[in-house]
Amino acid sequence: MSKLLTWIDDRFPLTALWNSQWGKYVAPKNFNFWYYFGSLAAFVLVLQIVTGIWLTMNYKPDATKAFESVEYIMRDVQWGWLIRYMHSTGASMFFIVVYLHMFRGLMYGSYRKPRELTWIFGCLIYLALMAEAFFGYLLPWGQMSYWGAQVIVNLFSTIPVVGEDLAVWIRGDYTISDITLNRFFAFHVVALPLVLIGLVAAHLMALHETGSNNPDGIEIKKQPKDPATGLPLDGIYSHPYYTVKDIVGVIVFLVVFSIIVFFVPEMGGYFIEANNFIPADPLTTPQHIAPVWYFTPYYAMLRAVPSFLDTQVWGVIVMGVSVLIFFAMPWLDRSPVKSIRYKGSLYKGWLAAFVVAFLILGYLGVVPVTVWGQFADGFPFYAADKATVVARVLTIVYFLFFLLMPWYTARDKTKPVPARVVWK
Amino acid sequence: MTMRVIAWLFAAVLAGATGVASAAGGADIRLSPAPVNRLDEESLQRGARNFVNYCLSCHTAKYMRYNRLTDLGLSEAQITRNLMFASDKIGSTMTVTMTEKEGKAWFGVVPPDLSVESRIRGRDWLYNYLLGFYRDDKSATGWNNIVFPNVGMPHVLWELSGINKLVETEYEDHEKATAAAIAIKGLSAVEPLQGHKYAVLQSAPDVPGSMTRVQYESFVADLVNYMDYMAEPVKNRRIHLGILVLLFLGVLFVFAYALKREYWKDLH
Repeated sequence: MSKLLTWIDDRFPLTALWNSQWGKYVAPKNFNFWYYFGSLAAFVLVLQIVTGIWLTMNYKPDATKAFESVEYIMRDVQWGWLIRYMHSTGASMFFIVVYLHMFRGLMYGSYRKPRELTWIFGCLIYLALMAEAFFGYLLPWGQMSYWGAQVIVNLFSTIPVVGEDLAVWIRGDYTISDITLNRFFAFHVVALPLVLIGLVAAHLMALHETGSNNPDGIEIKKQPKDPATGLPLDGIYSHPYYTVKDIVGVIVFLVVFSIIVFFVPEMGGYFIEANNFIPADPLTTPQHIAPVWYFTPYYAMLRAVPSFLDTQVWGVIVMGVSVLIFFAMPWLDRSPVKSIRYKGSLYKGWLAAFVVAFLILGYLGVVPVTVWGQFADGFPFYAADKATVVARVLTIVYFLFFLLMPWYTARDKTKPVPARVVWK
Repeated sequence: MTMRVIAWLFAAVLAGATGVASAAGGADIRLSPAPVNRLDEESLQRGARNFVNYCLSCHTAKYMRYNRLTDLGLSEAQITRNLMFASDKIGSTMTVTMTEKEGKAWFGVVPPDLSVESRIRGRDWLYNYLLGFYRDDKSATGWNNIVFPNVGMPHVLWELSGINKLVETEYEDHEKATAAAIAIKGLSAVEPLQGHKYAVLQSAPDVPGSMTRVQYESFVADLVNYMDYMAEPVKNRRIHLGILVLLFLGVLFVFAYALKREYWKDLH
């Protein structure tokens, strides 16, 4: 065995690669609960790729056969139902895990120097994941697939001058059609998975170059070395320590995942929508079109922005900027400390406001704007939908979290960061 | 501390979101829960019989194969003998001879395929829908429905259920109307009228059918039980397997956690 390894290592840096990326990678020893979600995201990616390959074996990207082929997978393909539920649940779980992973970054300042590129690759992964989810959602060819895609592609047609042509170019047709389905299939199963895998590799390589941040935001590489081990005082090898720890995380994740897959695969209509069991019908618009839950905060913002100058493009711009603004995080945060543990109440307050705004916007994106009724007559909200006004306020809160960050992080009263990590 | 504040905020938002989810306009249709049991094989078999006898002349179930009915404890011979009228191959799906064009001409709309209807509407909806028909001379078919106003489908089961009529009672406000609807303990609808008044709609027996009320309700319950099975034939197996998977993961967790502790106890 070791002879074989030597033979390979002489020709390909297998051991060196393993050691630099994981085996001898030195990580801080104080990772907490929030640090499971990185490895879990990688796990879900593999799960989606593997189940996706098997689904592709029986799925037919053809407008007359797509819906039927999904039911065929659910009924006639051996274990097809399990593969399909794993993939549909995996899609939503991917977003849950990624949102928690991003929130971890916001809490502990993981985006700060020297990890800007790790953060940027992460933001690109998030964008690619949104595109991947969007393209994949068309494939079951149900009513929600069809009209969801219709609504999102129509966003592009609001762009002045080129909008209409751009939307036709994306669809390859004047409406969502078989042609659209075929190209979305190509994007979903070939193009975006390639992009995602490449970005994930870059994300990990950049991380392993700088070393991981930790809940205290202490740079362990700057610590003195332990004379016995030669490692930084608070550093441990990822393998075996985080290998065995992350396995526990994966099993706990699988428990949650299995509860959904086996007992509530539709997740009350949030993971698989009831309307998507009606085959796509270009002539019947559903009464209430809402995107899948992971897009709803942005959808709520889109709806909240009023149109003016005869165009609705402003909502689209707000929605786009609300995602892209994450890229600027490393340069918006001026705090002398990284972690929320040593930041002052200003940052904590703004982060809490941001999370609350994001969650309530997510809720508002699911329901019709009439959900809370209208304001009574009188200035300033004459007969306006309450939900729309709330969504507008929360959209502003969402943006202020980022835009005021240089100001409030510089002013915040921070606590001194200790030399060693706080552990146990 | 920060963790606790964040956890609290999450909880508060979730509580807020669920609390305000109700309250919207239109008629409030109050469905009673469908008394179905996915493990009751006899009920499912009766439901399959009801389905092929009464539904499968106009509606298809084109994703459902006859031989799949062996799930319900039936042999292929029993299926062929008792349930297959429209097809001669045990592996065929449940289709009908009526074409979509004929359906459109006769009913105004093509009767929808029912394979996954229960996943679209939900079993409570289906159950109440089949109990919700009443005589309405103003409609094209002579029938109307509390759950699905102006539906294109006639009341196919009227010979069994008898003929119901609509009973509409007016109340001066929403509270009184809702209280009356709750007292009905079955399907009803609360409908806003002009001038802040409300009407409670229910269907009441007019001409008796070949079945008693209770017999008809149980007939419909069997049918809905079957349709719920047909929408996802693997459901019972899925739930059963899920329990085994969770037990396995539980055992795996114990070992994985012990392994983690064993390694980590060296660290200080």
